[in-house]
Amino acid sequence: MNRSAIPGMAVASAVLVAGLLLALMVGRYPVSFAELFGVIAGKLTGHAPAVPSAVENVVWQVRGPRVASAALVGAALAIAGTAFQGLFRNPLVSPDILGASSGAALGAVLGIYFSLGVFAIQAFAFVGGLVAVAAVYVIGGAVRARDPILVLVLTGVVIGALLGAGVGMVKYLADPYGQLPAMTFWLLGSLASIGARDIAPLGVPVALGTLLLLALRWRLNVMSLPDEEARALGLPTGPLRVAIVAAATLVTSASVATAGVIGWVGLVVPHIARTLVGPDFGRLIPATALLGGGFLLLIDTLARTVSAVEIPLGILTALVGTPFFIWLLASVSKTWS
Amino acid sequence: MILSGHNLTIGYSDHVVGRGLDVALATGQVLALLGPNGGGKTTLLKTLLGLLAPQSGEVRLGDRALASLTSRERARLIAYVPQFHVATFAFTVEAVVLMGRTAHGNLFSRPSSADRAIAARVLERFGIAHLRERPYTMISGGERQLVLLARALAQEPQFVVLDEPTASLDFGNQGKVLREIRALAASGHGVLFTTHDPNHAMRAADRAYLLRDGARVGEGAIGLILNKAQLERLYGTSIETVNDSTGRTAFLPG
Repeated sequence: MNRSAIPGMAVASAVLVAGLLLALMVGRYPVSFAELFGVIAGKLTGHAPAVPSAVENVVWQVRGPRVASAALVGAALAIAGTAFQGLFRNPLVSPDILGASSGAALGAVLGIYFSLGVFAIQAFAFVGGLVAVAAVYVIGGAVRARDPILVLVLTGVVIGALLGAGVGMVKYLADPYGQLPAMTFWLLGSLASIGARDIAPLGVPVALGTLLLLALRWRLNVMSLPDEEARALGLPTGPLRVAIVAAATLVTSASVATAGVIGWVGLVVPHIARTLVGPDFGRLIPATALLGGGFLLLIDTLARTVSAVEIPLGILTALVGTPFFIWLLASVSKTWS
Repeated sequence: MILSGHNLTIGYSDHVVGRGLDVALATGQVLALLGPNGGGKTTLLKTLLGLLAPQSGEVRLGDRALASLTSRERARLIAYVPQFHVATFAFTVEAVVLMGRTAHGNLFSRPSSADRAIAARVLERFGIAHLRERPYTMISGGERQLVLLARALAQEPQFVVLDEPTASLDFGNQGKVLREIRALAASGHGVLFTTHDPNHAMRAADRAYLLRDGARVGEGAIGLILNKAQLERLYGTSIETVNDSTGRTAFLPG
Protein backbone atom coordinates (compact mmCIF):
# COMPACT_ATOMS: atom_id res chain seq x y z
CA MET A 1 0.00 0.00 0.00
CA ASN A 2 1.12 3.47 -0.86
CA ARG A 3 1.87 5.70 2.14
CA SER A 4 -0.64 8.30 0.98
CA ALA A 5 -3.51 5.83 1.46
CA ILE A 6 -2.86 5.31 5.18
CA PRO A 7 -4.63 8.46 6.51
CA GLY A 8 -7.67 7.72 4.35
CA MET A 9 -7.83 4.11 5.55
CA ALA A 10 -7.49 5.35 9.15
CA VAL A 11 -10.47 7.68 8.69
CA ALA A 12 -12.57 4.89 7.13
CA SER A 13 -11.65 2.52 9.99
CA ALA A 14 -12.47 5.19 12.57
CA VAL A 15 -15.95 5.64 11.04
CA LEU A 16 -16.59 1.89 11.31
CA VAL A 17 -15.37 1.73 14.93
CA ALA A 18 -17.46 4.78 15.86
CA GLY A 19 -20.47 3.20 14.17
CA LEU A 20 -19.95 -0.12 15.99
CA LEU A 21 -19.56 1.54 19.41
CA LEU A 22 -22.56 3.83 19.01
CA ALA A 23 -24.76 1.05 17.65
CA LEU A 24 -23.90 -1.25 20.57
CA MET A 25 -24.16 1.42 23.29
CA VAL A 26 -27.07 3.69 22.31
CA GLY A 27 -30.72 2.64 22.57
CA ARG A 28 -33.65 2.16 24.88
CA TYR A 29 -31.34 0.26 27.22
CA PRO A 30 -28.11 2.32 27.22
CA VAL A 31 -24.84 0.43 27.67
CA SER A 32 -21.85 2.39 28.99
CA PHE A 33 -18.43 2.08 27.40
CA ALA A 34 -17.09 0.36 30.54
CA GLU A 35 -19.92 -2.19 30.41
CA LEU A 36 -19.39 -2.82 26.70
CA PHE A 37 -15.66 -3.23 27.30
CA GLY A 38 -16.43 -5.67 30.13
CA VAL A 39 -18.76 -7.75 27.96
CA ILE A 40 -16.27 -7.95 25.08
CA ALA A 41 -13.31 -8.65 27.39
CA GLY A 42 -15.36 -11.37 29.09
CA LYS A 43 -16.10 -13.00 25.73
CA LEU A 44 -12.46 -12.82 24.66
CA THR A 45 -10.96 -14.16 27.90
CA GLY A 46 -13.70 -16.70 28.57
CA HIS A 47 -14.33 -15.43 32.11
CA ALA A 48 -17.79 -14.46 33.29
CA PRO A 49 -18.09 -10.70 32.67
CA ALA A 50 -18.38 -8.38 35.67
CA VAL A 51 -21.56 -6.79 34.33
CA PRO A 52 -25.26 -7.63 34.77
CA SER A 53 -26.38 -10.45 32.51
CA ALA A 54 -29.06 -8.13 31.12
CA VAL A 55 -26.28 -5.97 29.66
CA GLU A 56 -24.60 -8.99 28.16
CA ASN A 57 -27.94 -10.04 26.70
CA VAL A 58 -28.52 -6.62 25.11
CA VAL A 59 -25.06 -6.59 23.54
CA TRP A 60 -24.95 -10.12 22.13
CA GLN A 61 -28.56 -11.21 21.65
CA VAL A 62 -30.48 -7.97 21.02
CA ARG A 63 -28.06 -5.64 19.30
CA GLY A 64 -25.35 -8.03 18.07
CA PRO A 65 -27.13 -9.53 15.05
CA ARG A 66 -28.55 -6.17 14.03
CA VAL A 67 -25.14 -4.48 14.32
CA ALA A 68 -23.45 -7.24 12.32
CA SER A 69 -26.06 -7.14 9.57
CA ALA A 70 -26.03 -3.31 9.39
CA ALA A 71 -22.25 -3.40 8.92
CA LEU A 72 -22.54 -6.18 6.30
CA VAL A 73 -25.39 -4.55 4.35
CA GLY A 74 -23.68 -1.15 4.38
CA ALA A 75 -20.38 -2.65 3.25
CA ALA A 76 -22.09 -4.76 0.58
CA LEU A 77 -24.07 -1.90 -0.96
CA ALA A 78 -21.01 0.34 -0.94
CA ILE A 79 -18.79 -2.30 -2.58
CA ALA A 80 -21.41 -3.03 -5.24
CA GLY A 81 -21.71 0.69 -5.93
CA THR A 82 -17.94 0.99 -6.27
CA ALA A 83 -17.78 -1.87 -8.74
CA PHE A 84 -20.67 -0.57 -10.86
CA GLN A 85 -19.31 2.99 -10.87
CA GLY A 86 -15.99 1.67 -12.17
CA LEU A 87 -17.58 -0.64 -14.72
CA PHE A 88 -19.92 2.02 -16.08
CA ARG A 89 -17.25 4.73 -15.81
CA ASN A 90 -19.68 7.01 -14.06
CA PRO A 91 -19.40 8.17 -10.45
CA LEU A 92 -23.16 8.80 -10.29
CA VAL A 93 -24.16 5.16 -10.81
CA SER A 94 -25.66 3.12 -7.95
CA PRO A 95 -25.87 -0.66 -7.32
CA ASP A 96 -29.48 -0.87 -8.54
CA ILE A 97 -28.57 0.54 -11.98
CA LEU A 98 -29.16 -2.86 -13.64
CA GLY A 99 -32.41 -3.56 -11.81
CA ALA A 100 -31.14 -5.60 -8.85
CA SER A 101 -33.21 -3.63 -6.33
CA SER A 102 -36.38 -3.43 -8.41
CA GLY A 103 -36.16 -7.15 -9.19
CA ALA A 104 -35.66 -7.95 -5.52
CA ALA A 105 -38.52 -5.62 -4.60
CA LEU A 106 -40.92 -7.40 -6.95
CA GLY A 107 -39.79 -10.76 -5.56
CA ALA A 108 -40.36 -9.61 -1.98
CA VAL A 109 -43.79 -8.04 -2.52
CA LEU A 110 -44.88 -11.21 -4.35
CA GLY A 111 -43.66 -13.23 -1.36
CA ILE A 112 -45.65 -11.01 1.00
CA TYR A 113 -48.69 -11.13 -1.30
CA PHE A 114 -48.71 -14.92 -1.22
CA SER A 115 -48.32 -14.75 2.59
CA LEU A 116 -45.04 -16.72 2.56
CA GLY A 117 -42.66 -17.01 5.52
CA VAL A 118 -39.79 -14.61 6.18
CA PHE A 119 -37.17 -16.87 4.63
CA ALA A 120 -39.25 -17.54 1.53
CA ILE A 121 -39.73 -13.79 1.10
CA GLN A 122 -35.96 -13.26 1.36
CA ALA A 123 -35.33 -16.06 -1.14
CA PHE A 124 -37.88 -14.52 -3.53
CA ALA A 125 -36.15 -11.14 -3.22
CA PHE A 126 -32.71 -12.67 -3.77
CA VAL A 127 -33.78 -14.61 -6.86
CA GLY A 128 -35.77 -11.60 -8.13
CA GLY A 129 -32.64 -9.43 -8.06
CA LEU A 130 -30.50 -12.02 -9.86
CA VAL A 131 -33.16 -12.72 -12.52
CA ALA A 132 -33.72 -9.02 -13.18
CA VAL A 133 -30.03 -8.34 -13.76
CA ALA A 134 -29.65 -11.48 -15.90
CA ALA A 135 -32.62 -10.35 -18.01
CA VAL A 136 -31.14 -6.87 -18.43
CA TYR A 137 -27.83 -8.44 -19.44
CA VAL A 138 -29.33 -10.85 -21.98
CA ILE A 139 -31.59 -8.21 -23.56
CA GLY A 140 -28.89 -5.52 -23.53
CA GLY A 141 -26.38 -7.97 -25.03
CA ALA A 142 -28.78 -8.96 -27.82
CA VAL A 143 -28.95 -5.34 -29.01
CA ARG A 144 -25.94 -4.92 -31.30
CA ALA A 145 -24.55 -1.45 -30.68
CA ARG A 146 -21.29 0.46 -30.73
CA ASP A 147 -21.60 1.38 -27.05
CA PRO A 148 -22.59 -1.82 -25.21
CA ILE A 149 -22.33 -0.14 -21.79
CA LEU A 150 -24.83 2.58 -22.62
CA VAL A 151 -27.25 -0.02 -24.02
CA LEU A 152 -26.88 -2.01 -20.79
CA VAL A 153 -27.67 1.01 -18.60
CA LEU A 154 -30.66 2.02 -20.72
CA THR A 155 -31.96 -1.55 -20.67
CA GLY A 156 -31.59 -1.46 -16.88
CA VAL A 157 -33.69 1.71 -16.72
CA VAL A 158 -36.40 0.21 -18.95
CA ILE A 159 -36.59 -3.14 -17.12
CA GLY A 160 -36.46 -1.29 -13.78
CA ALA A 161 -39.52 0.74 -14.82
CA LEU A 162 -41.36 -2.43 -15.84
CA LEU A 163 -40.54 -4.12 -12.52
CA GLY A 164 -41.66 -0.95 -10.71
CA ALA A 165 -45.01 -1.26 -12.48
CA GLY A 166 -45.14 -4.88 -11.32
CA VAL A 167 -44.54 -3.80 -7.71
CA GLY A 168 -47.29 -1.19 -8.08
CA MET A 169 -49.68 -3.84 -9.43
CA VAL A 170 -49.04 -6.23 -6.52
CA LYS A 171 -49.46 -3.39 -4.00
CA TYR A 172 -52.73 -2.44 -5.69
CA LEU A 173 -54.02 -6.00 -5.37
CA ALA A 174 -52.71 -6.51 -1.82
CA ASP A 175 -54.82 -6.59 1.33
CA PRO A 176 -54.64 -2.97 2.47
CA TYR A 177 -54.66 -3.82 6.21
CA GLY A 178 -52.26 -6.74 6.55
CA GLN A 179 -50.07 -7.00 3.45
CA LEU A 180 -49.77 -3.43 2.21
CA PRO A 181 -48.13 -2.01 5.36
CA ALA A 182 -45.67 -4.94 5.37
CA MET A 183 -44.80 -4.30 1.71
CA THR A 184 -44.40 -0.58 2.25
CA PHE A 185 -42.18 -1.12 5.27
CA TRP A 186 -40.04 -3.63 3.39
CA LEU A 187 -39.72 -1.38 0.35
CA LEU A 188 -38.36 1.42 2.55
CA GLY A 189 -35.69 -0.75 4.15
CA SER A 190 -35.36 -1.95 7.74
CA LEU A 191 -33.18 -4.08 9.98
CA ALA A 192 -35.77 -4.21 12.79
CA SER A 193 -36.62 -7.89 12.41
CA ILE A 194 -33.04 -9.17 12.02
CA GLY A 195 -32.00 -12.18 14.07
CA ALA A 196 -28.87 -14.27 14.44
CA ARG A 197 -30.12 -16.76 11.83
CA ASP A 198 -30.11 -13.99 9.17
CA ILE A 199 -26.35 -13.49 9.35
CA ALA A 200 -25.25 -16.53 7.33
CA PRO A 201 -27.62 -16.06 4.35
CA LEU A 202 -26.44 -12.45 4.21
CA GLY A 203 -22.77 -12.94 5.02
CA VAL A 204 -21.91 -15.84 2.70
CA PRO A 205 -23.01 -14.25 -0.62
CA VAL A 206 -21.54 -10.89 0.45
CA ALA A 207 -18.20 -12.53 1.27
CA LEU A 208 -18.15 -14.48 -2.02
CA GLY A 209 -18.90 -11.44 -4.17
CA THR A 210 -16.45 -9.23 -2.28
CA LEU A 211 -13.63 -11.77 -2.56
CA LEU A 212 -14.13 -12.05 -6.32
CA LEU A 213 -14.07 -8.26 -6.72
CA LEU A 214 -10.98 -7.99 -4.50
CA ALA A 215 -9.20 -10.64 -6.55
CA LEU A 216 -9.99 -8.68 -9.73
CA ARG A 217 -9.01 -5.31 -8.21
CA TRP A 218 -6.31 -4.42 -10.75
CA ARG A 219 -8.48 -5.57 -13.67
CA LEU A 220 -11.25 -3.35 -12.28
CA ASN A 221 -8.93 -0.35 -12.71
CA VAL A 222 -8.37 -1.22 -16.36
CA MET A 223 -12.09 -1.97 -16.87
CA SER A 224 -12.85 1.64 -15.92
CA LEU A 225 -11.24 2.72 -19.22
CA PRO A 226 -13.32 2.93 -22.42
CA ASP A 227 -14.10 -0.59 -23.67
CA GLU A 228 -11.82 -0.46 -26.74
CA GLU A 229 -8.86 0.73 -24.67
CA ALA A 230 -9.34 -2.02 -22.11
CA ARG A 231 -9.46 -4.59 -24.94
CA ALA A 232 -6.38 -3.12 -26.59
CA LEU A 233 -4.61 -3.47 -23.24
CA GLY A 234 -5.33 -7.20 -23.39
CA LEU A 235 -8.50 -7.66 -21.33
CA PRO A 236 -11.31 -9.95 -22.47
CA THR A 237 -13.84 -7.29 -21.44
CA GLY A 238 -17.00 -9.29 -22.19
CA PRO A 239 -16.39 -12.20 -19.76
CA LEU A 240 -14.85 -9.86 -17.17
CA ARG A 241 -17.90 -7.62 -17.26
CA VAL A 242 -20.14 -10.64 -16.66
CA ALA A 243 -18.00 -11.67 -13.66
CA ILE A 244 -18.05 -8.18 -12.13
CA VAL A 245 -21.79 -7.69 -12.69
CA ALA A 246 -22.45 -11.15 -11.21
CA ALA A 247 -20.34 -10.45 -8.12
CA ALA A 248 -21.88 -7.02 -7.53
CA THR A 249 -25.40 -8.36 -8.12
CA LEU A 250 -24.86 -11.26 -5.70
CA VAL A 251 -23.79 -8.81 -3.02
CA THR A 252 -26.65 -6.37 -3.73
CA SER A 253 -29.35 -9.04 -3.90
CA ALA A 254 -28.26 -10.58 -0.58
CA SER A 255 -28.45 -7.15 1.09
CA VAL A 256 -31.81 -6.23 -0.40
CA ALA A 257 -33.22 -9.65 0.51
CA THR A 258 -32.22 -9.13 4.16
CA ALA A 259 -32.83 -5.44 4.72
CA GLY A 260 -35.18 -4.28 1.98
CA VAL A 261 -34.45 -1.45 -0.41
CA ILE A 262 -31.93 1.01 1.06
CA GLY A 263 -30.94 3.60 -1.51
CA TRP A 264 -28.08 6.08 -1.59
CA VAL A 265 -25.46 4.06 0.35
CA GLY A 266 -24.01 2.55 -2.82
CA LEU A 267 -23.98 5.94 -4.50
CA VAL A 268 -22.64 8.20 -1.77
CA VAL A 269 -20.13 6.01 0.09
CA PRO A 270 -17.87 5.06 -2.87
CA HIS A 271 -17.51 8.71 -3.69
CA ILE A 272 -16.41 9.67 -0.18
CA ALA A 273 -14.03 6.70 -0.14
CA ARG A 274 -12.54 7.81 -3.47
CA THR A 275 -11.75 11.24 -2.04
CA LEU A 276 -10.08 9.51 0.94
CA VAL A 277 -7.89 6.89 -0.79
CA GLY A 278 -8.03 7.63 -4.53
CA PRO A 279 -9.55 5.61 -7.40
CA ASP A 280 -7.31 2.49 -7.24
CA PHE A 281 -9.67 -0.42 -6.52
CA GLY A 282 -6.98 -2.18 -4.48
CA ARG A 283 -7.58 0.32 -1.68
CA LEU A 284 -10.97 1.60 -2.74
CA ILE A 285 -12.76 -1.71 -2.08
CA PRO A 286 -11.50 -2.06 1.53
CA ALA A 287 -12.09 1.65 2.19
CA THR A 288 -15.68 1.55 0.86
CA ALA A 289 -16.37 -1.59 2.90
CA LEU A 290 -15.22 0.08 6.13
CA LEU A 291 -16.98 3.34 5.37
CA GLY A 292 -20.20 1.74 4.12
CA GLY A 293 -20.45 -0.46 7.21
CA GLY A 294 -19.84 2.53 9.51
CA PHE A 295 -22.29 4.72 7.60
CA LEU A 296 -25.18 2.25 7.77
CA LEU A 297 -24.49 1.56 11.46
CA LEU A 298 -24.84 5.28 12.19
CA ILE A 299 -28.01 5.53 10.07
CA ASP A 300 -29.51 2.42 11.71
CA THR A 301 -28.73 3.75 15.20
CA LEU A 302 -30.52 6.98 14.29
CA ALA A 303 -33.41 5.00 12.82
CA ARG A 304 -34.15 3.16 16.08
CA THR A 305 -33.40 5.97 18.54
CA VAL A 306 -34.62 9.35 17.24
CA SER A 307 -38.32 8.59 17.72
CA ALA A 308 -40.61 6.16 19.54
CA VAL A 309 -41.37 4.33 16.28
CA GLU A 310 -38.57 3.15 14.02
CA ILE A 311 -37.91 5.27 10.97
CA PRO A 312 -37.34 3.25 7.76
CA LEU A 313 -33.68 3.28 6.71
CA GLY A 314 -34.43 4.26 3.13
CA ILE A 315 -35.98 7.50 4.34
CA LEU A 316 -32.96 8.46 6.44
CA THR A 317 -30.43 7.58 3.72
CA ALA A 318 -32.47 9.69 1.28
CA LEU A 319 -32.41 12.63 3.69
CA VAL A 320 -28.62 12.37 3.89
CA GLY A 321 -28.09 11.33 0.28
CA THR A 322 -30.13 13.92 -1.60
CA PRO A 323 -28.17 17.03 -0.55
CA PHE A 324 -24.94 15.08 -1.04
CA PHE A 325 -25.98 14.01 -4.53
CA ILE A 326 -26.83 17.58 -5.53
CA TRP A 327 -23.43 18.73 -4.30
CA LEU A 328 -21.81 15.82 -6.17
CA LEU A 329 -23.60 16.70 -9.39
CA ALA A 330 -22.47 20.30 -9.13
CA SER A 331 -18.83 19.44 -8.43
CA VAL A 332 -18.46 16.43 -10.74
CA SER A 333 -20.08 18.01 -13.78
CA LYS A 334 -17.27 20.57 -13.84
CA THR A 335 -14.74 17.86 -14.71
CA TRP A 336 -16.86 16.18 -17.40
CA SER A 337 -16.21 16.77 -21.04
CA MET B 1 7.49 -8.81 -38.39
CA ILE B 2 4.70 -7.52 -40.62
CA LEU B 3 1.17 -6.47 -39.67
CA SER B 4 -0.97 -6.80 -42.76
CA GLY B 5 -4.55 -6.68 -43.97
CA HIS B 6 -5.53 -8.74 -47.00
CA ASN B 7 -8.52 -7.85 -49.18
CA LEU B 8 -10.37 -6.44 -46.16
CA THR B 9 -14.02 -5.52 -46.10
CA ILE B 10 -14.38 -3.32 -43.05
CA GLY B 11 -17.38 -1.90 -41.23
CA TYR B 12 -19.99 -2.45 -38.56
CA SER B 13 -22.83 -4.93 -38.41
CA ASP B 14 -25.26 -2.51 -40.04
CA HIS B 15 -23.09 -1.10 -42.80
CA VAL B 16 -19.91 -1.60 -44.82
CA VAL B 17 -17.36 1.21 -44.58
CA GLY B 18 -14.64 0.02 -46.97
CA ARG B 19 -13.87 -2.80 -49.41
CA GLY B 20 -10.89 -4.43 -51.07
CA LEU B 21 -8.30 -2.94 -48.74
CA ASP B 22 -4.75 -4.30 -48.64
CA VAL B 23 -2.33 -2.73 -46.20
CA ALA B 24 1.04 -3.73 -44.76
CA LEU B 25 3.22 -2.31 -42.01
CA ALA B 26 6.70 -3.60 -41.16
CA THR B 27 8.53 -3.10 -37.88
CA GLY B 28 10.91 -0.12 -37.96
CA GLN B 29 8.59 1.69 -40.35
CA VAL B 30 6.05 4.53 -39.98
CA LEU B 31 2.87 4.45 -42.03
CA ALA B 32 0.54 7.46 -42.12
CA LEU B 33 -3.15 6.96 -42.87
CA LEU B 34 -4.63 10.01 -44.62
CA GLY B 35 -8.05 10.85 -45.93
CA PRO B 36 -11.17 12.95 -45.50
CA ASN B 37 -13.54 12.55 -42.56
CA GLY B 38 -15.84 9.55 -42.89
CA GLY B 39 -13.48 7.87 -45.33
CA GLY B 40 -12.86 4.88 -43.06
CA LYS B 41 -9.56 5.75 -41.35
CA THR B 42 -10.71 4.93 -37.83
CA THR B 43 -12.57 1.81 -38.96
CA LEU B 44 -9.45 0.52 -40.72
CA LEU B 45 -7.37 1.36 -37.65
CA LYS B 46 -9.68 -0.61 -35.35
CA THR B 47 -9.74 -3.54 -37.76
CA LEU B 48 -5.93 -3.69 -37.83
CA LEU B 49 -5.88 -3.45 -34.03
CA GLY B 50 -8.20 -6.46 -33.80
CA LEU B 51 -10.85 -4.41 -32.00
CA LEU B 52 -13.23 -4.80 -34.92
CA ALA B 53 -13.48 -8.02 -36.93
CA PRO B 54 -13.24 -7.60 -40.71
CA GLN B 55 -16.39 -8.62 -42.58
CA SER B 56 -14.23 -10.46 -45.06
CA GLY B 57 -10.51 -10.79 -45.69
CA GLU B 58 -7.92 -11.33 -42.99
CA VAL B 59 -5.56 -9.38 -40.74
CA ARG B 60 -2.24 -11.20 -40.24
CA LEU B 61 0.50 -10.62 -37.74
CA GLY B 62 3.67 -12.25 -39.04
CA ASP B 63 2.60 -15.78 -40.02
CA ARG B 64 -0.42 -15.88 -37.72
CA ALA B 65 -4.00 -14.69 -38.20
CA LEU B 66 -4.72 -11.82 -35.80
CA ALA B 67 -8.11 -13.34 -35.00
CA SER B 68 -6.43 -16.51 -33.69
CA LEU B 69 -4.57 -14.61 -30.95
CA THR B 70 -6.04 -14.12 -27.48
CA SER B 71 -6.59 -10.51 -26.43
CA ARG B 72 -3.61 -10.91 -24.09
CA GLU B 73 -1.27 -12.21 -26.83
CA ARG B 74 -2.45 -9.43 -29.12
CA ALA B 75 -1.81 -6.71 -26.51
CA ARG B 76 1.79 -7.90 -26.16
CA LEU B 77 2.31 -7.28 -29.89
CA ILE B 78 0.14 -4.28 -30.79
CA ALA B 79 -0.42 -1.22 -28.62
CA TYR B 80 -3.15 1.35 -29.18
CA VAL B 81 -2.82 5.05 -28.42
CA PRO B 82 -6.32 6.55 -28.50
CA GLN B 83 -6.97 10.26 -28.79
CA PHE B 84 -6.51 11.61 -25.32
CA HIS B 85 -9.74 12.01 -23.40
CA VAL B 86 -11.00 13.27 -20.09
CA ALA B 87 -10.77 10.32 -17.73
CA THR B 88 -13.60 9.52 -15.32
CA PHE B 89 -11.40 8.69 -12.34
CA ALA B 90 -8.28 10.49 -11.15
CA PHE B 91 -5.74 7.66 -11.47
CA THR B 92 -2.14 8.78 -11.06
CA VAL B 93 0.03 9.02 -14.17
CA GLU B 94 2.01 6.04 -12.90
CA ALA B 95 -1.17 3.94 -12.51
CA VAL B 96 -2.23 4.80 -16.08
CA VAL B 97 1.17 3.72 -17.42
CA LEU B 98 1.09 0.54 -15.30
CA MET B 99 -2.19 -0.37 -16.99
CA GLY B 100 0.00 -0.94 -20.05
CA ARG B 101 1.45 -3.93 -18.17
CA THR B 102 -1.95 -5.64 -17.88
CA ALA B 103 -1.30 -8.15 -20.66
CA HIS B 104 1.94 -9.27 -18.98
CA GLY B 105 0.19 -10.41 -15.79
CA ASN B 106 -2.51 -13.00 -15.15
CA LEU B 107 -6.17 -12.41 -14.34
CA PHE B 108 -5.67 -11.81 -10.62
CA SER B 109 -2.18 -10.27 -10.56
CA ARG B 110 -1.25 -6.72 -9.64
CA PRO B 111 1.72 -4.79 -11.08
CA SER B 112 5.03 -6.22 -9.84
CA SER B 113 8.20 -4.31 -9.00
CA ALA B 114 9.51 -5.27 -12.46
CA ASP B 115 6.38 -3.68 -13.97
CA ARG B 116 7.03 -0.54 -11.90
CA ALA B 117 10.61 -0.40 -13.16
CA ILE B 118 9.37 -0.59 -16.76
CA ALA B 119 6.81 2.16 -16.08
CA ALA B 120 9.54 4.34 -14.55
CA ARG B 121 11.74 3.74 -17.61
CA VAL B 122 9.10 4.73 -20.18
CA LEU B 123 8.11 7.80 -18.14
CA GLU B 124 11.78 8.78 -18.16
CA ARG B 125 11.99 8.19 -21.92
CA PHE B 126 9.17 10.67 -22.61
CA GLY B 127 10.51 13.19 -20.10
CA ILE B 128 7.44 13.01 -17.86
CA ALA B 129 8.89 11.19 -14.84
CA HIS B 130 8.14 14.25 -12.69
CA LEU B 131 4.39 13.72 -13.32
CA ARG B 132 4.44 10.20 -11.80
CA GLU B 133 2.27 10.96 -8.74
CA ARG B 134 0.04 13.56 -10.44
CA PRO B 135 -3.59 12.68 -11.23
CA TYR B 136 -4.01 11.98 -14.96
CA THR B 137 -7.05 14.29 -14.89
CA MET B 138 -4.97 17.27 -13.77
CA ILE B 139 -2.26 17.40 -16.48
CA SER B 140 -2.30 19.17 -19.86
CA GLY B 141 -3.46 17.67 -23.15
CA GLY B 142 0.08 17.36 -24.47
CA GLU B 143 1.18 15.61 -21.29
CA ARG B 144 -1.79 13.24 -21.51
CA GLN B 145 -0.85 12.26 -25.05
CA LEU B 146 2.70 11.50 -23.84
CA VAL B 147 1.31 9.46 -20.92
CA LEU B 148 -0.76 7.38 -23.37
CA LEU B 149 2.37 6.91 -25.52
CA ALA B 150 4.24 5.80 -22.39
CA ARG B 151 1.43 3.35 -21.57
CA ALA B 152 1.64 1.92 -25.10
CA LEU B 153 5.39 1.45 -24.78
CA ALA B 154 4.97 -0.19 -21.36
CA GLN B 155 3.11 -2.96 -23.25
CA GLU B 156 6.47 -3.72 -24.91
CA PRO B 157 4.75 -4.15 -28.28
CA GLN B 158 6.13 -4.63 -31.79
CA PHE B 159 3.55 -2.26 -33.29
CA VAL B 160 2.08 1.02 -32.05
CA VAL B 161 -1.15 2.31 -33.59
CA LEU B 162 -2.10 5.93 -32.92
CA ASP B 163 -5.46 7.58 -33.63
CA GLU B 164 -4.89 11.23 -34.63
CA PRO B 165 -2.05 11.70 -32.15
CA THR B 166 -1.51 15.35 -33.11
CA ALA B 167 -5.16 16.42 -33.13
CA SER B 168 -6.06 18.97 -30.43
CA LEU B 169 -2.43 19.53 -29.45
CA ASP B 170 -0.69 22.88 -29.63
CA PHE B 171 2.06 23.45 -32.20
CA GLY B 172 4.93 22.65 -29.83
CA ASN B 173 3.36 19.43 -28.59
CA GLN B 174 2.56 18.36 -32.17
CA GLY B 175 6.29 18.56 -32.91
CA LYS B 176 7.10 16.61 -29.75
CA VAL B 177 4.70 13.80 -30.62
CA LEU B 178 5.96 13.61 -34.23
CA ARG B 179 9.54 13.30 -32.95
CA GLU B 180 8.46 10.51 -30.60
CA ILE B 181 6.81 8.70 -33.51
CA ARG B 182 10.13 8.76 -35.40
CA ALA B 183 11.93 7.63 -32.26
CA LEU B 184 9.53 4.66 -31.92
CA ALA B 185 10.42 3.53 -35.45
CA ALA B 186 14.11 4.05 -34.74
CA SER B 187 13.79 1.70 -31.74
CA GLY B 188 12.35 -0.97 -34.03
CA HIS B 189 8.60 -0.48 -33.67
CA GLY B 190 6.17 -0.47 -36.55
CA VAL B 191 4.05 2.66 -36.24
CA LEU B 192 0.69 3.41 -37.84
CA PHE B 193 -1.00 6.76 -37.30
CA THR B 194 -3.92 8.65 -38.73
CA THR B 195 -3.71 12.38 -39.34
CA HIS B 196 -5.60 15.21 -40.98
CA ASP B 197 -2.40 17.05 -41.85
CA PRO B 198 -0.30 15.82 -44.81
CA ASN B 199 2.61 17.86 -43.41
CA HIS B 200 2.61 15.66 -40.32
CA ALA B 201 2.80 12.62 -42.55
CA MET B 202 5.68 14.28 -44.40
CA ARG B 203 7.42 14.96 -41.11
CA ALA B 204 7.12 11.58 -39.44
CA ALA B 205 6.12 8.82 -41.88
CA ASP B 206 8.02 6.63 -44.34
CA ARG B 207 4.94 5.63 -46.26
CA ALA B 208 1.41 6.98 -46.66
CA TYR B 209 -1.88 5.23 -47.30
CA LEU B 210 -4.61 7.37 -48.83
CA LEU B 211 -8.19 6.37 -48.06
CA ARG B 212 -11.29 7.98 -49.53
CA ASP B 213 -14.89 6.69 -49.32
CA GLY B 214 -13.62 3.37 -48.01
CA ALA B 215 -11.30 2.71 -50.95
CA ARG B 216 -7.55 3.04 -51.33
CA VAL B 217 -6.74 5.88 -53.71
CA GLY B 218 -3.00 5.69 -53.33
CA GLU B 219 -0.16 4.17 -51.36
CA GLY B 220 3.58 4.49 -51.42
CA ALA B 221 6.76 6.11 -50.15
CA ILE B 222 5.97 9.47 -48.64
CA GLY B 223 7.99 11.59 -51.11
CA LEU B 224 6.34 9.93 -54.11
CA ILE B 225 2.75 9.65 -53.00
CA LEU B 226 2.26 13.00 -51.29
CA ASN B 227 2.03 15.53 -54.10
CA LYS B 228 -0.36 18.24 -55.19
CA ALA B 229 -2.33 16.11 -57.64
CA GLN B 230 -2.81 13.17 -55.23
CA LEU B 231 -3.86 15.36 -52.31
CA GLU B 232 -6.26 17.46 -54.42
CA ARG B 233 -7.88 14.23 -55.58
CA LEU B 234 -7.94 12.84 -52.01
CA TYR B 235 -9.54 15.85 -50.34
CA GLY B 236 -11.43 17.24 -53.34
CA THR B 237 -10.07 20.73 -52.84
CA SER B 238 -7.29 22.89 -54.25
CA ILE B 239 -3.92 22.70 -52.51
CA GLU B 240 -0.85 24.88 -52.80
CA THR B 241 2.66 23.48 -52.60
CA VAL B 242 5.59 25.27 -50.96
CA ASN B 243 9.16 24.18 -51.73
CA ASP B 244 12.37 25.23 -50.03
CA SER B 245 15.87 25.34 -51.44
CA THR B 246 16.74 21.87 -50.12
CA GLY B 247 13.85 20.33 -52.06
CA ARG B 248 11.55 19.77 -49.12
CA THR B 249 7.81 20.25 -49.68
CA ALA B 250 4.95 21.49 -47.53
CA PHE B 251 1.27 21.80 -48.35
CA LEU B 252 -1.13 24.65 -47.73
CA PRO B 253 -4.88 24.07 -47.96
CA GLY B 254 -7.18 26.42 -49.85
